[in-house]
Amino acid sequence: MSDERQPEFSVEPERYEFDAGPVYHFDKTGGIGSPLALGRREFFKIMGGGIAVFLVLREGHGAQESGRRSFPIEENLPKNIGAWLHIGEYGVVTVFTGKVEIGQNIRTSLSQAVAEELHAPLEAIQLVMGDTQQTPFDMGTFGSRTTPTMNLQLRRVAAAARDTLVEIAAKAWKVDASKLVAADGRVSDPAAHRSVPYEVLAKGQTLAQAIVEGDPLTPATQWKIEGTSAPKVHGRDFVTGRHTFPADTILPGMLFGKVLRPAAFGATLTALDAAAAQAVPGVTVVHDGDFVGIAAPSELEATRAIAAIHAEWKTSPQISNRELFDYLKKNAEPGRERDEKGNVEAALASAAHRLEETYTVEYIARVPLEPRAAAALWKDGKLTVWTGTQRPFAVRDELAQAFGLASGSVRVIMPDMGSGYGGKHTGEAAVAAARLAKAAGKPVKLVWTREEEFTWAYFRPAGVIEIKSGIGTDGTLAAWEFHNYNSGAAAIGTPYEVANQRIEFHPVHSPLRQGSYRGLAATANHFARECHMDGLARAAQMDPLAFRLKNLKDERLKDVFKAAAQKFGWGQSPKSPGHGFGMGGGFEKGGYVATCAEVAVDRSSGEVRVVRVETAFDCGAVVNPNGLRNQIVGANIMGLGGALFEAIEFADGRITNPHLAQYRVPRFSDTPPIEVVLIDRKDQPSAGAGETPLVGLAPAVGNAIFDATGVRLRALPMVPNGLKA
Amino acid sequence: MRPLFYMPKVTELHINGRTYALQADADESLLSVLRDRLGLTGSKYGCGEGQCGACTVLIDGNPRRSCITKVGAVGAKSITTIEGLEKNGRLHPLQQAFLDAEALQCGYCTSGMILTAVALLDSQPNPSEDQIRHFMQGNICRCGTYPRIVEAIQRAAAASKKS
Ligand code: FES
Ligand code: FES
Repeated sequence: MSDERQPEFSVEPERYEFDAGPVYHFDKTGGIGSPLALGRREFFKIMGGGIAVFLVLREGHGAQESGRRSFPIEENLPKNIGAWLHIGEYGVVTVFTGKVEIGQNIRTSLSQAVAEELHAPLEAIQLVMGDTQQTPFDMGTFGSRTTPTMNLQLRRVAAAARDTLVEIAAKAWKVDASKLVAADGRVSDPAAHRSVPYEVLAKGQTLAQAIVEGDPLTPATQWKIEGTSAPKVHGRDFVTGRHTFPADTILPGMLFGKVLRPAAFGATLTALDAAAAQAVPGVTVVHDGDFVGIAAPSELEATRAIAAIHAEWKTSPQISNRELFDYLKKNAEPGRERDEKGNVEAALASAAHRLEETYTVEYIARVPLEPRAAAALWKDGKLTVWTGTQRPFAVRDELAQAFGLASGSVRVIMPDMGSGYGGKHTGEAAVAAARLAKAAGKPVKLVWTREEEFTWAYFRPAGVIEIKSGIGTDGTLAAWEFHNYNSGAAAIGTPYEVANQRIEFHPVHSPLRQGSYRGLAATANHFARECHMDGLARAAQMDPLAFRLKNLKDERLKDVFKAAAQKFGWGQSPKSPGHGFGMGGGFEKGGYVATCAEVAVDRSSGEVRVVRVETAFDCGAVVNPNGLRNQIVGANIMGLGGALFEAIEFADGRITNPHLAQYRVPRFSDTPPIEVVLIDRKDQPSAGAGETPLVGLAPAVGNAIFDATGVRLRALPMVPNGLKA
Repeated sequence: MRPLFYMPKVTELHINGRTYALQADADESLLSVLRDRLGLTGSKYGCGEGQCGACTVLIDGNPRRSCITKVGAVGAKSITTIEGLEKNGRLHPLQQAFLDAEALQCGYCTSGMILTAVALLDSQPNPSEDQIRHFMQGNICRCGTYPRIVEAIQRAAAASKKS
């Protein structure tokens, strides 16, 4: 990345749930084997003739073949593969990537990347995604990493395949390859007025090439397919109901599974009587350690059988929402220092204005509309599971571990799923379905109920954020101290210039199971920081935009603030009574965002309405503008829920609002007009965009509420019960 | 022992202009019968409580939550699911409009949205934006595609006015 301010983002903040051990252990024997590796000949037997190109990852292959664009593979396929592509004899280009489609539209944007470099029509390209037997290993689809990594890898692979096709044509025509042109799925020889389609060139070949990362690519300024609003791949399957989501998997003879849920988190089973359920024909009851589940011929029978089980649980007292923030503060580990420079105390002491605030963030749920689902099939000691997950390879390993299998004996297939938002990183549904299928001797499908999804998934971490700051008489930031307790370290650093700063993240052993949520703690940290900045601007008697620009050096961030403000009419639009304007923004995961919002507050009814939103976003060169706008608007709408009213309520190890009638998510009526300004930086690498557009919304709304009412709201959600006078 | 699983059976349903023979417990939800017994998985489970609209089907033209509709209550009424909208390879105008406006992200809410919108345009061929929002209020799109869904419904309404 060209911008040196950009920190090297680590996967660390994504890994809350990695700490959580496997939920169940079953008949543990044996170890983890190595994944199946095919030789070249075997490979073409399965794939059919054609041309294959493999991208070999650099790690562990330091000097290998460096300097060469690609090299032929004689026998064994390389191990350390990032992605690969096969051009078959019938014109189908099949691309294999471990990334998964969860609504963020990468099936389309990655297809565009391949089409762009292969010089082939988009329709010719088929992506096989997230199938542990067919696609290369991938850590998972999270952290907005697909576009900056996989997009580049696929472009490189496609470019190498195109070169190979040109070379084949050059050899056949006995002309110099440089005289030939590859376009629209054909290689042509303009001088001789001849051309040949790729599939004809691929016919009868068994050519395998490898390529290392890092070759030059078509610059964004010359893109023909990337950079355009290619329509969603398989769009028609979604509007006709034909697409099979993980929960739609049907296997012949399949049973329906259910898990008996403990009375509370951490409860232990003290007595179990499953005789009534067991006695029913077709019902299998499994009791293995702490796991109790059943498989039955229908969903209804499964539900009834579970209800017929009598179980007693030993529970222990646990904290509730009421003590949450106290608890987080009291149980925090000492701060992990992220950043310290200058002398914060001295700068605070000499500041013209000081501001000290505490912000809080409740646990919230992701509520993916498709709950977790899995269908498991055992055959000859091998296990195949279709499941909705952002980390198919991790789920494969989880299954292998739970059943004592070699990982090569487990196949996880991830059909494009009904979203995840960071909430489907673990494999509980897959493990439970597999355990039941094993006992029943038949395939089992298990779909979590909404209540299970609300209770047994993990939550976005709650947190407490404390900020102390000081500014000079001219509004220059002088001191900045920022502590985040539990909610996370993503975007914890300030993008503003401050000579004296101390920034710390304090992990806490969370009372509820917590994990990734779209944007991670960037939402909480931006909320606190950007609301605090608004307070400072007011203390300095400066316009919030001018105050931010004064304290920023980062040009890309300044540009998004200016762009959003301009389109919003910041400082220009007249304000109706009860209305307020606010802004918030920042930088995270390669994306720059600024959001302005207008709210209307009725202090007599307490109603807070977001009237309009304007978001400017810069994620480098835009790959698919229409898809990107969809993501940005969607992120803002999702952000509205957490900003205004979403909160998980809990007490004594139970979630007390585990239903959509009790846990409010944004609906049609909550949605204001949302405008998007895309800043397309053709000179910058493309960054991911599924997460960062969310983070400006909460502070923009909070600051607008302050502007309207003079009330500073320092808790997410801000107005679960409105804002009465 | 209590007869846990004895219930009257449903043996016939009229779906998308076809008659299906089946054996279902009258207490089963229409949603699980459609999905699990008849393989019509276009209708989705989102909550099982009538709160999200992912399971919406039309029963005699009215939008109904199939997750809280017992199959025994359907009788001889005619059911339309998302699978029944496309006619001879031609998309229903609302399907086409959702595609054109790209009014979906993960697409899990899409069938319920489209069927609810079909019922809306059947009763109000020319709804205002407010009427659309009001009618669609019970359908959740967690990906936040609401503005485009409104736009798709407006497009479909405009398209059928022209034709
Ligand atoms: S699944 Fe029927 S309304 Fe949600
Ligand atoms: S598109 Fe994902 S829920 Fe609507």
